Amino acid sequence: MHATARSSSHKPSLLSLRISLALRARRVLPPGAALVGTLLSAGIAQADISDDTVKIGYLADMSGTYRDLAGPGGLDALKMAVEDFGGSVNGKPIEVLSADDRNSADVGANTVHGWIDQQNIDMVAGLVASSVSIAVTRILAEQDTLGIVSGSAASSITNEHCTPNHIHWVYDTYPLANGTAKAIVDEGGDSWFLLTADYAFGHALESDVEKVVTENGGTIVGKVRHPFPTSDFSSYILQAQGSGAKIVGLANAGADTVNALTTASQFGLVQSGQSLAGLLIFLNDVHALGLNVAQGLQLTTGWYWDLNEETRAWSQRYYERNERMPTMVQAGIYSSTMHYLNAVVATDSDDTATVRAKMGETPVNDMFAKGGTIRADGRMVHDMYLVKVKAPSESKGEWDVYDVVRTIPGEEAYRPLADSQCALVKGQG
Amino acid sequence: MTMIFGIPLMVLFGQLMLGLINGAFYALLSLGLAVIFGLLRIINFAHGAQYMLGAFAALLGAQYLGLNYWAALIVVPLVVGALGIVMERLLLRRIQHLDHLYGLLLTFGLALIFEGTLVNLFGVSGSSYPIPEALSGGFKLSFMFLPTYRAWVLVAALVVCFAVWFLIERTRLGAYLRAGTENPELVQAFGINVPLMVSLTYGLGVALAAFAGVLAAPLYPVSPTMGSSLLIVVFAVVVIGGMGSILGAILTGLAMGIIEGLTKVFYPEAANTVIFVVMVMVLMLRPAGLFGKEA
Repeated sequence: MHATARSSSHKPSLLSLRISLALRARRVLPPGAALVGTLLSAGIAQADISDDTVKIGYLADMSGTYRDLAGPGGLDALKMAVEDFGGSVNGKPIEVLSADDRNSADVGANTVHGWIDQQNIDMVAGLVASSVSIAVTRILAEQDTLGIVSGSAASSITNEHCTPNHIHWVYDTYPLANGTAKAIVDEGGDSWFLLTADYAFGHALESDVEKVVTENGGTIVGKVRHPFPTSDFSSYILQAQGSGAKIVGLANAGADTVNALTTASQFGLVQSGQSLAGLLIFLNDVHALGLNVAQGLQLTTGWYWDLNEETRAWSQRYYERNERMPTMVQAGIYSSTMHYLNAVVATDSDDTATVRAKMGETPVNDMFAKGGTIRADGRMVHDMYLVKVKAPSESKGEWDVYDVVRTIPGEEAYRPLADSQCALVKGQG
Repeated sequence: MTMIFGIPLMVLFGQLMLGLINGAFYALLSLGLAVIFGLLRIINFAHGAQYMLGAFAALLGAQYLGLNYWAALIVVPLVVGALGIVMERLLLRRIQHLDHLYGLLLTFGLALIFEGTLVNLFGVSGSSYPIPEALSGGFKLSFMFLPTYRAWVLVAALVVCFAVWFLIERTRLGAYLRAGTENPELVQAFGINVPLMVSLTYGLGVALAAFAGVLAAPLYPVSPTMGSSLLIVVFAVVVIGGMGSILGAILTGLAMGIIEGLTKVFYPEAANTVIFVVMVMVLMLRPAGLFGKEA
């Protein structure tokens, strides 16, 4: 267990943080210099980093379906953040542990239990499969340890499953449906056929999309729930073709989406006048599909390596180490780790409530997000991007795959706090 | 329009066609398994990995050696089949005298090693293999759009299935093979090199898996995990058909493709389970499988 006392309050209290900062400043500095003291605390003797080490555990799928979107590449992004910090904060070393959760909530939960009990871990990063994230964040809440979820999609992670101990960084199903489906309906794509992966994530995405489509004046003319995973989509694509819908929406992910798109291309779905909408597609999926198959596809992403000078510069560094361009999840792992370590430096503490409160009051301004804010429910709200996959003739390189169609402001993209089911904010907003 | 159970007849024709194509594919993979089990009594759990290796060999051959699709259809099965022969000589032969279970465990371990190595080298997202120019496009049938490549898969798979059945059931070499597995000592006494035939048979089974892999490469993303999900279905097909029955594997493969295709229309949620439901029913009524001989 951590040596420092933790706030028992569910809501990270800004007041308690200020008091603790002021008290600490008073210990080492003359009265009146509290503010300066806080700013300079990086250079002052510390006592609040438990066992004199900041320990970060990286938990992700390292070998299965989600390996390429997070996996070893995400671990490297985390290590880049630690290296950019020189391997230490306020003179205390940063240690990184990692484990493969094999997409199993049980394995993930056991690993994190072990990390907390035996390793005195301070923060858990990565967290990809939604089922694993929900199981792990529950343990983090019980044991009062911090978690930053970067890979998971389920918007419930900061809605009904919110805790004061975790932050959801990169994206969730709400902006995916809201961004892609709304943009397409606005452009006249008002009749939809949905191909849904038959499990919790697919159902959640399906209902989010249905809501967005019907609220914006569109109709769902048909849907089919396919088993997860499915390798042959020909039958479903034929059903989608027969439905006469203008848009065929893919409420699935990973290999299922890639297979569905490949099959749609073989059956000439787009040539016969229908359009495809991918609701959760990562850079590695588009890369695997190839532009020939994926061209013209619209999707929503939390980040893209080729957005601006800053993203390109960071991605180039990543590319040189990994020989792949980073996905939004990998970039988010770097960004969230930097934000966490900055908060540790600023508060000179690895206490969960203290660091969480500091992270919450500091806007996120880095290569991943500009003016990002962490809400009380743990949602990091930042701009999302509606992008369109380039045609092979427009692409200038292997990883040059998206045109940014529109930036979706964070407040418009994410679920408003007023609609939240999160116990920490219910009735507020 | 004529309707059957609420589905227009034309749509149903389309689905039957797709089921047949998938079925031909299952038949091809099951055939390799059945040949290996029928003649060698090895439960080849590496079959899915060998199928994946076929697809990967085609992809890497195209990327690094400029190997085109048509050449890959011939070269890849030979190369992967040769790898199979090496596996048989170095590993499988040493446990031949043990229970079948050891062969299953050994090949399963090998499959995991192949998959794990390729995951580490290439990741899991896989890569796309283009459909050859001559087979792109499709036919507009009255009831569906049939991609040319899928039609080709159906024809190629059926031709190869028939050729293998003919080789084993109707030629002198096939007769030697069957005799060699029934009574190796006796056949050896006639001056026939039984160990060589065993190696070649395993090589043939593996080559069939690799051939299916090359056929699949343009259809699905080529990824290290592409074989593992398919393998279980293919095993179910072999069990339904009767372990080791060549004709059983082919006919059951086609039938299961069609049953699965129909399930996708009427109750898609059950599409992945329907084959196993059939397997349970068949095993209860005919424990040796539809075409199997009672032990």
